[in-house]
Amino acid sequence: MKRLLLSLGLIASLLFAFACERKGGPGAGGNTGTIVVGYYGDLSGRTSNFGQSTKNGVEMAADEINKAGGIDGRTIQILSEDDEGRPEKAATVVTKLIDQDRVIALLGEVASGNTLAAAPKAQAAKVPMISPSSTNPAVTQVGDYISRVCFIDPFQGDVMAKFAANTLKAKTAAVMLDFNSPYSRGLKEFFEASFKKLGGEIVNEQSYTQGDRDYKGQLTAIRSKNPDVIYVPGYYGEVGVIAKQAKQLDIKAPLLGGDGWDSTQLWDLGGDALNGDYISNHYSVDDPSPAIQKFVADYKGRHGNVPDALAALGYDAMKVLADSIKRAGTTEGPKLRDAINATKNFAGVTGIISIDEQRNAVKPAVVLKLQDRKYIFVETIYPEGMTPPPTKSSASPAAAAPASSPASAASPAAANKKPAVPKVSPE
Amino acid sequence: MDTFVQQLINGLTIGAIYALIALGYTMVYGILRLINFAHGDIYMVGAFVGYFLAFQLGFAAGPSLVGLTVVLIGSMIAAALVGMAIERFAYRPIRKYARMTTLITAIGVSLFIENLFVAKLGAAPRAFPQLLREQSYTLFGNAAISKSQILIFAVSVLLMLLLQWVIFKTKVGTAMRAVSFNLNSAKLMGINTDFIISFTFALGSALAAAAGVLTAQYNPQIDPLMGIITGLKAFVAAVLGGIGNIPGAVLGGLLIGIAETFVVGYGQNVGVPTTFRDAVAFAILILVLLFRPTGLLGSTVQEKV
Repeated sequence: MKRLLLSLGLIASLLFAFACERKGGPGAGGNTGTIVVGYYGDLSGRTSNFGQSTKNGVEMAADEINKAGGIDGRTIQILSEDDEGRPEKAATVVTKLIDQDRVIALLGEVASGNTLAAAPKAQAAKVPMISPSSTNPAVTQVGDYISRVCFIDPFQGDVMAKFAANTLKAKTAAVMLDFNSPYSRGLKEFFEASFKKLGGEIVNEQSYTQGDRDYKGQLTAIRSKNPDVIYVPGYYGEVGVIAKQAKQLDIKAPLLGGDGWDSTQLWDLGGDALNGDYISNHYSVDDPSPAIQKFVADYKGRHGNVPDALAALGYDAMKVLADSIKRAGTTEGPKLRDAINATKNFAGVTGIISIDEQRNAVKPAVVLKLQDRKYIFVETIYPEGMTPPPTKSSASPAAAAPASSPASAASPAAANKKPAVPKVSPE
Repeated sequence: MDTFVQQLINGLTIGAIYALIALGYTMVYGILRLINFAHGDIYMVGAFVGYFLAFQLGFAAGPSLVGLTVVLIGSMIAAALVGMAIERFAYRPIRKYARMTTLITAIGVSLFIENLFVAKLGAAPRAFPQLLREQSYTLFGNAAISKSQILIFAVSVLLMLLLQWVIFKTKVGTAMRAVSFNLNSAKLMGINTDFIISFTFALGSALAAAAGVLTAQYNPQIDPLMGIITGLKAFVAAVLGGIGNIPGAVLGGLLIGIAETFVVGYGQNVGVPTTFRDAVAFAILILVLLFRPTGLLGSTVQEKV
């Protein structure tokens, strides 16, 4: 009898504990107290430059908001978790942030593969998640609690295809794919479709996996087809080495890439071999607009280096979240979700952010040229239907890029060719 | 034609790296009948010692031949010491037990080194400083060879010749051959077998470290887990050539390197995706074990009764 009572008591206390699980705790939704926001990213793995930069941007935004008095008097606290760049770990740490730390919203990840692994957890728990920089379209299709403040791969792939066909006048392209990365696959697919539509031809397709030590086999096969450009939609760690080995094989065609290249370590790996390559990215640090220059200066003061696009997107994601909390007046999941999804014309560092019906941000992209450890602004490409602002908001390519470079010489001509062609903003 | 020659050069380059590592596997096996699975990690340790040496001694600032030589020799010495320490503290105490015990210990040592480095340095890849001014030389048509490839060929051939000289022309080499023939008889003949075993580990580890620094000039990305796949492929190379056989290890290494590059370069034409490059080494391993377990140059050893 005594044992029965004891076990009943145990069961009751267990039930009580479970019943309380989604209530209370440091980050409970509501209208008072500290606002606890979860950040998860790769802080120690193969893409840790990404995670660290984004974290720096997120924390900088949170500090600025707190210094200015917080959101309606409530301060923001960022809890960071390291997912080591592994999808399964991303799902685990997000579950921990939701269940144990009771965060009211999540910021992360950079790599689409990791965001895709974590997003269903957030969706199921009704905790809004803003990805600063995952560009694969599938990410926000997980559910209505998942949104992002960056453009998506169909657009990014399209931008590079247009740049290659219109500005660089490329007729043939080869593609080198990071086989296991959804990010890379998405970009490849959209680049190829768009490039073919513009009359180009894909002459060779190769793939590699992250952590490969040697890329010369693929590059030699590509070289034998002699393409005008080589599209390498990968991450900086592999791409830096690919650029170096391409130069060793005396490949003259420029490599084209996406925002996954943007990292300081890219230069340590690739060095001078990267000169003359191009990437599409979210913003340019050369942009003279005061908001961007203030952000760049503040970030340099805090961390000692120039912020990459991931830091800027992390910063914007936190600012968009703060703005949404303010508009919602609460941190309860459903209301906060609605506020985030209703974000319109938010002036971020990486451009004007409006969340569309698919919860993606509609924004222009910039094309940057890689030269001597710097990303030099070449042109801005706007999504279809979006017109460039009348004011000069971007750096002048003539001033930024060397006058002799083929891109800056060719771009004004390409700008006014066809209506479907991207518009080059300044000049 | 030039594409074929280029792929051959590419294959021989990575093959030379596999060969250098495979030598360590094969020498240790020849003497102790032990597959030292920690050997791939010594290759990684070598690359990391080179990385820290380059930064500590200020050679990371720019390419210099002196810097490269110092870093290369320094990391070879350091790795030799690490190899000797592993033998002394992990393998020697259990040498008298069953072979399975040492095999499992070897796997344990491998995991220990990998995770020690991950814990201390993080898993994020680092960029090895450029110690060689990179330049490409055109052979004919499009076929080009880069300075780092020439370096890999030159240094590995030099080291292999040196090894050959040590084994066949020196007293300690004669002792190594005696120990590999029969450890107990060698002991009875007055050979200090403990020293010879230690020396073998040092020799193999130094070669692996050289491979580590050389690859880092070719592909500057280094990380604590870089030794796993490369080490396994080098092991396959040793088996392919006939484990215990020194020319066999070199031959096996070069063949694996070429096979891998050809899968990448020509596989697509026959429907084999590029990503099968790692699988090809293990497919070769299975075929060798099925049809010629002694390897290409290995001889059938009569079991002693």
